[in-house]
Amino acid sequence: MESNITTATSSVTSNKPTGLKLFFRKLVQQRMLVLMSVPFVIWLFLFKYMPLWGWTTAFQKYKPARSFSEQEWVGWDQFNFLFSDERFLRVLRNTLAMSGINLILGFVTAVILALLLNELRSVIFKRVVQTVTYMPHFLSWVVAAGIIQSTLSTDGIINVLLIKLGFIDKGNEILFLGIPKDFWGILGAGTVWKEIGWNTIVYLAAIATIDPSQYEAAEMDGAGRFRRMWHITLPGIRSVIIVLLILNIGNLMQSGFEAQYLLGNGMNIDYSENIDIFVLKYGLEQSNFSLAVAGGMFKSVVSIVLLVIANNVAKRFGGSRVF
Amino acid sequence: MANSASGTAPKKLRRDSSIGDRIFDIANIVFLCLLMVASLYPFLNQLALSLNQAMDSIKGGIYIWPRHFSLENYKYVFKDNQVYQATMISFLRLIVGTVFSVFSTAIVAYTISRPDFVLRKFVTIAFVLTAYINPGIIPDFLNIRDLHLVNSFWVYIWPGLIGVFTLILVRSFIDELPESIMESARIDGAGEFKTLMSIVLPLCLPVLATIALFTAVFQWNSWIDVFLYNSSNEKLSTLQYELQKILQNSSAASSATSAFSNSQAAATMVTPLSIRATMTIVASVPMIMMYPFLQKYFVKGMTVGGVKG
Repeated sequence: MESNITTATSSVTSNKPTGLKLFFRKLVQQRMLVLMSVPFVIWLFLFKYMPLWGWTTAFQKYKPARSFSEQEWVGWDQFNFLFSDERFLRVLRNTLAMSGINLILGFVTAVILALLLNELRSVIFKRVVQTVTYMPHFLSWVVAAGIIQSTLSTDGIINVLLIKLGFIDKGNEILFLGIPKDFWGILGAGTVWKEIGWNTIVYLAAIATIDPSQYEAAEMDGAGRFRRMWHITLPGIRSVIIVLLILNIGNLMQSGFEAQYLLGNGMNIDYSENIDIFVLKYGLEQSNFSLAVAGGMFKSVVSIVLLVIANNVAKRFGGSRVF
Repeated sequence: MANSASGTAPKKLRRDSSIGDRIFDIANIVFLCLLMVASLYPFLNQLALSLNQAMDSIKGGIYIWPRHFSLENYKYVFKDNQVYQATMISFLRLIVGTVFSVFSTAIVAYTISRPDFVLRKFVTIAFVLTAYINPGIIPDFLNIRDLHLVNSFWVYIWPGLIGVFTLILVRSFIDELPESIMESARIDGAGEFKTLMSIVLPLCLPVLATIALFTAVFQWNSWIDVFLYNSSNEKLSTLQYELQKILQNSSAASSATSAFSNSQAAATMVTPLSIRATMTIVASVPMIMMYPFLQKYFVKGMTVGGVKG
């Protein structure tokens, strides 16, 4: 079509629509679509791109009272301070450890649960288990943290069970959230409790696409329950597992904020504090915006790199989840 | 999940009942029952505590059934003006936030699904990039402050108006619609906006229901925006934030500031423990009641992009 237009108008050089002219002509033609999308692009700019300007704060010794031109520029000083700061290195360690633990635990438990659900013979029972295990996903982290706190408190059900089973004596109840080194495990277990059912959805959907005749053939050949799981179900969802795993590695710097903030306390702070909490404390409580922004910016930049790598690798493994 | 049923159907034909198989089945069912108990128990425990006489609960031993049934805790909580106000704000942000988000997402998704739209690439990339770039808590905070949204209800609505995930979800749904339907609307002389409203939106109802539910859950469960931007304005507080304040206070042991742990509370026979349990239930019941009935919409949203991967 386009070539037709060009040949037709090539003789009349003055009328030949240049790229820009064509663009504006189309823009006017599609003014309704422009009107429908541009306000939201402006919204996007205001709320998602403008804040990036705040990153300049990381290279300043920011004083809220001063205007932008009056700020003192300090180069990479804030970053140099961060990486020699023991506290920042600790929150970096905590961030990576917690997201790593959550990633592995989340994956393993969800895949196992999906396999077990798939082995159920009763569809109704399967539905019931699914519905019940989805429930904690719909609780806010505020509610979930409150529930986890009371479950783990000295008179909570875990201590009651430990006493009844004879593992500890009455009077020796364990204050779980007061033990710094247990925090990563508690957070991992809490996250599994909240999300295990929900995380099975994708795997169950993938399992449902496996050709049933494969199972029949395997059974003919005398393959038992576990062999069928191992040789048919797991390979059948392997690509989904790999893609999701890679994509989630892109989120390694995002260990979440709510759970750590809500479950953290003075006793376990050395293990519960992550980059987000560090940023919030420096920024909003101590008004040291520059250092806080430097910490947050470091996190964001590493995240972008990880996400780009993860998405590209995932695409190579056969498409990605969203993009 | 219609296909999950067909996935299990052939298994019923199998009549393998070796002893190992039976043991596996029984162990599996027992394990899954325990898992259900673990999922439900902590919540049922809070429910029982909220429905038990506060003074009696202190003695301990309440598990999933109240010992001395009482609605006093709920009466006390809802007599509090602050809780009442927070409930209203929670519902208001859920409704306004969901309506605004769903409409905005649908409009943008429609424009970027028009193959000949000149700005299609630009708009799509502008949105998708934000999934990668996260300015961080403090830059966001400074930006919201500069936009004069601190201390305002709209800070609950504007920042999260359109999510990339939901946008792509709706766009891929529109992409699957037969082009001929929209074509005929345009031949009839309908403008783009009219085509969207009268033809595309009604066809998109399933996916719009899905994103409406995701947004509603997000709106109801949010508290960080309240904490960051509106913590000094009690009129804009939400249920989640009120509960968060209670939890924070009860973990800080003594708290003169807590609205509930003062002498007035003791006089009306409620305790921090019972108030906490009651607020936990109040803050979660709407979502808990809703999700079992609307599960299929959530599941659809989770699997549309997922299995293609």
